Formats: sequence, C-alpha cells, structure tokens
Amino acid sequence: MMPPIQLEHAIEKLAREDWGRMLASLVSSFSDWQLAEDVLQDAVEQAMVVWKKDGLPDSPAAWLITTARRKAIDHFRRGAKFAELQPEIAYLNQLNQQPSENDIDNVIPDKRLELIFTCCHPALEQKTQVALTLKTLGGLKTEEIAAAFLDKTTAMAQRLSRAKTKISAAGIPFEVPEEQKLNERLDSVLSVIYLIFNEGYTASSGNAVTRSDLSEEAIRLARIMVQLLPEKAEVAGLLCLMLLHDSRRIARATESKPFIPLEYQNRSSWDKTQILEGTTLLKKTLAMQQVGVYQIQAAISAIHAESSNWEETDWSQINALYELLYSMHPSAVVKVNHAIAISYAQSVEHGLLVLQSIENEPGMDAYQPFYAARADLHSRINKKRLAKSDFARAIALSDNDARRDYLQQRMEAL
Amino acid sequence: MQYMCLIYSAEDAGPQPGTQEFGPFIEAYGKFTQDVQASGKFVHGDALQPVATATTVTTQNGKVEITDGPFAETKECLGGYYLLECDSLDDAIEHAAKIPTAQHGRIEVRPVIVWDD
Repeated sequence: MMPPIQLEHAIEKLAREDWGRMLASLVSSFSDWQLAEDVLQDAVEQAMVVWKKDGLPDSPAAWLITTARRKAIDHFRRGAKFAELQPEIAYLNQLNQQPSENDIDNVIPDKRLELIFTCCHPALEQKTQVALTLKTLGGLKTEEIAAAFLDKTTAMAQRLSRAKTKISAAGIPFEVPEEQKLNERLDSVLSVIYLIFNEGYTASSGNAVTRSDLSEEAIRLARIMVQLLPEKAEVAGLLCLMLLHDSRRIARATESKPFIPLEYQNRSSWDKTQILEGTTLLKKTLAMQQVGVYQIQAAISAIHAESSNWEETDWSQINALYELLYSMHPSAVVKVNHAIAISYAQSVEHGLLVLQSIENEPGMDAYQPFYAARADLHSRINKKRLAKSDFARAIALSDNDARRDYLQQRMEAL
Repeated sequence: MQYMCLIYSAEDAGPQPGTQEFGPFIEAYGKFTQDVQASGKFVHGDALQPVATATTVTTQNGKVEITDGPFAETKECLGGYYLLECDSLDDAIEHAAKIPTAQHGRIEVRPVIVWDD
C-alpha cells in the first residue's frame, strides 16, 4: 500500500487530470453546475479516506464518477423536487449500471467540448470565460485562479457563482455550436486559451510559480481541443504557437536579467523537445490549408526557433508572414512587429516608414510597443536623441518592471 | 424558455417617420413579427410611444411621487419589446439579431423567471 502522503498526491493528480472530463459528464447529465462541482469534490474527499484504507481501485476515475453520481442522486432524493427529477435520477442510475470497464470512454462520456464552448460563451464577460474554463476544465481551485489574476478569492468566487447562475437562468445551452457558428465560437474558445497562456507567459505581476502553471494549463487545454477537434487547423495552430513560445521560457530570464529579448537569448537553452513537437505539428497543420492567425504566428515563431542565431534569421519570410497576418488581422501590435521585421529584411529606414504610417492612429501616443520598437530602430541607426526620447516614453508607458529595467539599460547604453 | 427582447435605440437614430427609409423599416418589423409568429416563438410584442410621453412613479419616500420623463436620462431609450419563446439563449440571440432596430440600436435579451407553483 502507498504511504499516505504519496497516495494523497496520487489522488490529487488523478482528480486534476480527469477533473474536467468528470465534471463535464456530470454537468451534461443534470445541468446543475454547482451541484456537479460539489459532488465531485465530495467524491475526491471520500476517495482520500477510502483509498487510504483499501488501496487504489482498478479504475480510479470510474470510482470517482460513480461515487459523484451516487451523491447527486442522494441530493435529488433529499430535495423537494424529487418527483420532477426522476428522469435525471434514472439517467444517472443507468450510467452507473453500465459495465465499469477500464475504458474511460465507456465510463465517462466525453463532454469536455460542450463544457468549454459553454464556458467561453460570448454572453459571458471574457474574464469570466477564462476563470470558468480554469475552474471547470482545469480543475483549479478558486483561490488559485484568484491568485493568478491578483483578485480577492471572494471576488473570484462571486464571479464564478454569478456565471453559473447566468448559464442556467439565461439558458446558455450546453452544446457544441452547429457548423455555421462553430468557427466564430471557436475563436472565443481559442482566445480564452491563449489569454490563459499569456497570463502565465508574460508574468507582468503575481506569483511566478502560479503563472507558469497557467501556461502549462493552457497547453494542456489546447492538447485536449486538438484531440477533440482535429479537423480545425487553427486549434492545432494555437497549440504550435504556445509550444514554440514556451520553448523559450527558460531563456527569457535569468536571475540577474529578468527580461531577455529574443535577440539576446541563449538559444542552446531553448527546449528542443517542445520546438520539435511544435514545428512537426505545424507542418502537418499548414498542409490542411486552412490558414489562420494562430498558424501564421506559429510559423513566425518557428522560423525563430529554427534559426541558429538572430543574424541568420530568415527575415524576408518573417516579413511576408507579418504582411499576411496584417491582411487577416489588422492591428497595431502586428504593424509594430512588421516594422521590426522590415527593419531587418530591408532596412531600418523602411521599418521607420512603417511605424510612421501608424503614428497618428488613435491611442498610439500611449502604446508602449510602438515607442519601444521605434527607440530600437533609432538606436540602430545611431539617432541617439530620437532614440532617447522614445526610450523615455516607452519606459514611462511600461507596466512591467523587468521590461522597464531592460529599456532603462538600453537608454543608458546609448 | 421565454426571453424578453428589449429594444433600445436613440430616438434620433435609424429611419425617421416621414423619410423614405421609414416604410421599408416598418415593413421589416412586420415581416419579423410574421416570421416569429409563424415559427411559434412569438408570445407578445409592442412598440412604445416616444420617451417624451414617459412618466416615472416611485413610493420610495412613503408617498406617490411622480416625475415627468424616464427614470434614467440615457441617449438610448426603450422603444418596444418582443416576448419570445425560445429553446436557448443562442436561439433568442439569433432572433434578437433579426429585430430591425438591432441595426442602429441594441436589443437587451433577458430570460423571464418561471415561478415554481
């Protein structure tokens, strides 16, 4: 028998791995989100006690879901609406009587796709979509989600509870959208996953440990999505993009330098397994010929990942990809990155011209990446005075200490 | 489920009575109403008189107090509503998007409470 501490870890790990799947299945059978979470949590707690005594069952996931369903049935039996809930009770009983083989598909019908589409329904605020996805599919605790977003636990709990109320009271359907709406709705699911990743990746604030967990969680969610929607290239595109970004996690910061831009990173510390996985999957995905913004960004990232150094980067290809990206998704951030690519592919002056073309757009005077990019371009052609004022502006607009310090050093080095 | 689709717009936005665009606009409303009636989704629906006719009543201070005008001075006012019977919020949103005023105003979709007997 396993020692208690190890067993507790095993249970926690297992419950977390299969949490989303078990919860999705429970929600789909009786559509009460809070009850589903409560009975599943109870089942996990009961497992801690029972398994310590009797050892791990053959199929822990089957044990947990069967126990959770029984608890739901008990809850319904105690309630006033017993008669009304007969269909749910009968259905849960039927699910529990199916031969509990070790095949998880038999024991827990996979409803995770329905769950994530419901969590990311556009009738919910995006921050709520993110929190709900982490809570239900990720199995994160409310306090962990609150910590990641620097919110109070009570505020986060309230947000989650309001969301669950809205889902049931407003009749947000628990389903995968029909084909004609699928792509649009998929966009909001993918942006939620990417947002989770970036919360973990940019680490603008908050506890660093929690944050790298968020990136891992986003990658895990994307893997699930790829498995469930293999015919949608953008899903795989997002996974590739995150794998390739994440491969540079260690190289992006050292203790003495909390922010190291791509140009100065030690490429030997990039995660080669992640790069290989990302580039291999990307090649397969691009062959599906459903071009999309995540795939293009992944392709740009892949070019960096495969160049042995900054100077030998294939800038003309990156330049072309940014052009394509801008045509699909015109935004300031794409334009700024495009300007940087052109500054290497053609000349710094060409890059400056691109920046000049957006200088007067609304909000640009407070857009940090614009000034950081222009400062860099000016410093590369030795226009010290202009570079200095752009660095100063970029520093003033930075909300991230590590980046601010980096820009400060660049300015002082002029 | 029943969904109340509250139709909000600025009164000076969209086709105005007496203009060329107003006829087709009203026709579009007629067609929308017919469509939701034919599909069995229509429960109720009305257009309201302009907000200038509104009177606000409160008894918060222990007596009936009456104010001329709407309770909140906003640019966009409630101009009418449809009460629709829909399968889900998605279904309701799909229909709300077809209400002609959605093109220049906004439709607030609110589920109606079903009271337990």
